[in-house]
Amino acid sequence: MYTYIIKRLLMLLPTLIGAAILIFLLLRLVPGDVCLLKFGGEGSYADPQQILQCQQRLGLTDPIWQQFFDYMVGFFTFDLGVSMWTSQPVAYEIAIRFELSLQVALMATFVSVVIALPLGIISAAKQNSWIDYLVRTFSIAGIAMPSFWLGILIILGLLIGSQAWFGRPWMPPIHFQSFFVDPVHNMSQLIWPALATGYRYSAVATRMTRSAMLEVLREDYVRTARAKGLIEKVIINKHALKNAMLPVITIVGIEFAFLMGGLVVTEQVFNLNGLGKLFVSAVTQSDYTMTQALVMLVVAIFVLMNFLVDIMYAWLDPRIRYS
Amino acid sequence: MKSRLTRFAASVALGSALVVGAGSMPASAQEQGGELRLVVGSDIPSYDGHIESTFGMIHPIRPFYSLLIRVNPDNPSSPTDFVCDLCVGEVPKPTNDGKTYTFKIRKGVTFQDGQELTSADIKATFDKLAFPPDGIASNRKAYFAMIDSVEAPDPETVVFNLKFPSGTFIPSIAMPFNFIYSKNDLDERGYTWHQTNVNGTGPFHFVEHVQGSHVTGKKNPNYYHEGKPYLDGYTSLIAPKMSVRLQAIRGGQADIEFRGFPPKARDDLKEALGDQIEVQESDWNCVLIVTPNHEAKPFDDPRVRQALSLSIDRHQGSEYLSKIAIVKTVGGIGFPGHPISSSPEYLEKNIIGYSKDIEASREKAKALLKEAGHENLKFTLHNRGVDQPYKVVGTWLIDQWRRIGLDVEQWVQPSTPFYATLRTQKNFEVSLDFNCQAVVNPIADISKFLPSSGANYSYFEDAELESIYAELLATGDEGKQRELFAQFEKRVLNDLASQFITLWWYKINPYRSYVKGWKIAPSHYLNQSLENIWIDSAERKKQLGG
Repeated sequence: MYTYIIKRLLMLLPTLIGAAILIFLLLRLVPGDVCLLKFGGEGSYADPQQILQCQQRLGLTDPIWQQFFDYMVGFFTFDLGVSMWTSQPVAYEIAIRFELSLQVALMATFVSVVIALPLGIISAAKQNSWIDYLVRTFSIAGIAMPSFWLGILIILGLLIGSQAWFGRPWMPPIHFQSFFVDPVHNMSQLIWPALATGYRYSAVATRMTRSAMLEVLREDYVRTARAKGLIEKVIINKHALKNAMLPVITIVGIEFAFLMGGLVVTEQVFNLNGLGKLFVSAVTQSDYTMTQALVMLVVAIFVLMNFLVDIMYAWLDPRIRYS
Repeated sequence: MKSRLTRFAASVALGSALVVGAGSMPASAQEQGGELRLVVGSDIPSYDGHIESTFGMIHPIRPFYSLLIRVNPDNPSSPTDFVCDLCVGEVPKPTNDGKTYTFKIRKGVTFQDGQELTSADIKATFDKLAFPPDGIASNRKAYFAMIDSVEAPDPETVVFNLKFPSGTFIPSIAMPFNFIYSKNDLDERGYTWHQTNVNGTGPFHFVEHVQGSHVTGKKNPNYYHEGKPYLDGYTSLIAPKMSVRLQAIRGGQADIEFRGFPPKARDDLKEALGDQIEVQESDWNCVLIVTPNHEAKPFDDPRVRQALSLSIDRHQGSEYLSKIAIVKTVGGIGFPGHPISSSPEYLEKNIIGYSKDIEASREKAKALLKEAGHENLKFTLHNRGVDQPYKVVGTWLIDQWRRIGLDVEQWVQPSTPFYATLRTQKNFEVSLDFNCQAVVNPIADISKFLPSSGANYSYFEDAELESIYAELLATGDEGKQRELFAQFEKRVLNDLASQFITLWWYKINPYRSYVKGWKIAPSHYLNQSLENIWIDSAERKKQLGG
C-alpha cells in the first residue's frame, strides 16, 4: 500500500509538468497582452513607448524560451510570481479568495451528498415505484438545469418574494465576510450558491447512487443475506451501501475539485469573489502569471482528489490492493 | 458665438433640470453621517491615477485624492465650469500672452499620513505627469505637451510655463486622473509606490481594499472644504456583472452605481421600486467610431468610405437605439452641445450622413459605390465583445449597410485580442472603435481622428489634417478655434471620410432616492470625490428598514 501511495505521488509530477507546459503555450497563442489592454483598453491614446516599457517590465519581450525557463523556475520553487494586472503577489490574490471557494465547495458538496445519498438509496430500494419516478424526475431536472440559471432564479425569487411578503426587495449580500467574522452575513451570502450548485451535483450523484445500489442489490451476497432472513434496512446499510459507494465517491471527489475552481458562471451570478471569478478576470485581462497559477492550482486539486479517491477505494474495498 | 453660448447655457440649464432634486437643498438640510455603498463594474488594476484609464479605479480611489483644479462639483454638467480644489480663489487667467498660469495653493492641507501639502508636491506631481523619467509610465503625458516647465517659487505658489497658448491646458489640468501625490513619497518611496499604496489629501481616508471584492474609505476629519464630506465613509463593491449591480440596488445591497445602466434597466428599477428610485440622465463624452482600415482595399477609396457613412440613418437610429442601448445623441466629432462643437443644423446641412433625407443619402451612397466599382461589396465589421453598446450598435450598422446592398458580417473579439487586432495585427477591414474621455475638452478629444495620434487605427496619412490640428492646438482665440475645428471636422467626416461617428453615448444613472447631493456629469470619470453626497437617513430607514 505504501509503495502504491509513493508511486502515485511520483506520478503526479509529470501530470503537473505537462499541464504547466500546455497552459504556458496556449496562453501565448492568444493575440494581445496585458499592457495593450491596460494602457489602451478604454480606447484611449496608448503611447507605444509606454506599452513597450510595460512589456519589458513584465518580461513579455524576452524570448519565449527565456519566459518558459523563468516560469519553470518559479514552478519548481513554488514562486507564483506577481499578477501582471494588479502587481500584487499571485499567492496573495489566491489566498484572499481561497476561503470563499473552499467554503462554497464544502457547502455544495454537503448539500449534494445530503440530497443524493438518501434519494439514491430510496430510489434503488423502491425501484419502479412512484417514489423512484419522483426521485428520477427530480434528478433529471437537476442535470438539465445549469446551476447558474438556477442561481438567477433564486435571486429573482428572493427579490420578488421578499417584496411581496415583507414589502421590500432583498437579495443576498454581494461581498464576502468570513464565517468567523460575521456568520450571519456569511451564511446569508453563501447558502444560495451552495444550494444552486449542490442541487446540480446532487442530481448526478443521486443517479450514480441509484444505479450503483441497484447493481449491488443484485449481487449474490445480498441474496444470501436476504436468505439468512436479515431485514432490508440492515442489508442496505451494512452490506450494500459501502460497496455501492465506490463510484459515488469518485463522482463526489471530482465534483469537489470542479467546485474549487470551476464555478465560473455561478460566482458571477452571485458576485462571489472566488477563484472562478478570478479565473475569468485573469483570462480576460491576459494576466499570464495569474492564469498559469490558477490553472496549476485547479490541476493540482484535481490530481490530489483523484489520488485521495484512489486511496479511499482501497479503504472501502479491502479486496483492492495495488502493487 | 454669443448665440451659441446662449444656446449652450440653456442646454446646461435643461440638463440641470433633469437632475431632479439633487443638490437643490439648502446647505442646512444636508445630513452628516451614514455610509454610501456604491457598486463598480470593474476591478482595480492599480491605485495610480497617472497610469490608469479605467473608471474601475476612479470610482473607488478618487475620493482619497485631491486635484489642483476640477470640474465644478456643483455644476458638473457644464464642460466649461472649472473651480479650484487645492488652489485658492478662482482658476487663474493666463498671463504672458497666454503662456503662464500662476496658482496659489491652500495652506494647512495634510496627506493621510500627516505630511503637509506644499507647492512642491504639485510641481512633483505635474513633473511626473508631463515629464516622466525613463521607464516610468504616464498615461496622459500627451495632454501636457504644451507645458514647458513647472515651478514652485514658494510653498504656496505653482507656476506653469507653456510653450504656446493653449485652450486645452485648463481642461487637461482638471482631469480626474491627476491625483496630487506627495513629493516626499515620490522621492523616498519611488515613482511606482502609488500603484499599490494610497496617500492622498482627498475627502476620505483609505481603510481597506480586498482585491476583487471591495474598497472602504472613512471621512477625512481634516478635509479642507469646510463641512465636507457629509458621509462617515463609503464602501465600493466590485461587481462585474451588470445584472448583479442592478439587482444589488433593487435588493438593498447597494445605493448607487456611477457608470450608467441601459434604458431597460432604468425602467425595470422604476417599475419595481417607483419613487424609491431617482434617475439622472446626461449626454456622455463617449462615442463609437466606425474605423475603416485604409490599408485594406477597397477602403483606401474615399468614395467607398463616404458611401458607408451616407447610408447610416443616425436620426432614426437615435430614436430606436436609445430605447435599448446607452446611445442617443446625434453629433459630430465634438461633444454635442459644447460651444466649439457643430450644431445639429450645421451637421445636417454640411456633413455627409447627417441629412434627414435618408433615401437621397442612400441613393448617393449607391452611386458612389457604383462609381468606385464596388456595388455589391462584402466585408467584415470587426467589433468588441461587449454588449453595451458595441454589439448593439454593430448589429444596427450591419442593417444600415444592408439597405444599400452591402453584405456585412460581424467579427466579435474579447477586449485583449480586439485591441491587438486594431494596434498590432491590423488584419481588419472596418472596425468599431471608441473615444471616451473624462473632462470635456473637444480640442484634445478630437486628436483621436489625427493619423499621427497613436490612437487612430485607420492607418492613413494626411498632411492637411495635421496642419489644421497644429494650428488649432496653438491658437487661444475662441473664434479662430471654432473655425479651425469646423475645418478639421469637415476634413475628417466629408473629404476623407477617414472615420465617422455613429451615435454619442447617453448616461443613465438610477439610484436609491435617499442618496442626495450627487449630480451627474457628462462623463463617468467626473465628479466622483463623493464629498457632496449625503444620506437621508429617515428615507433610508423607510426603504431598507433597520
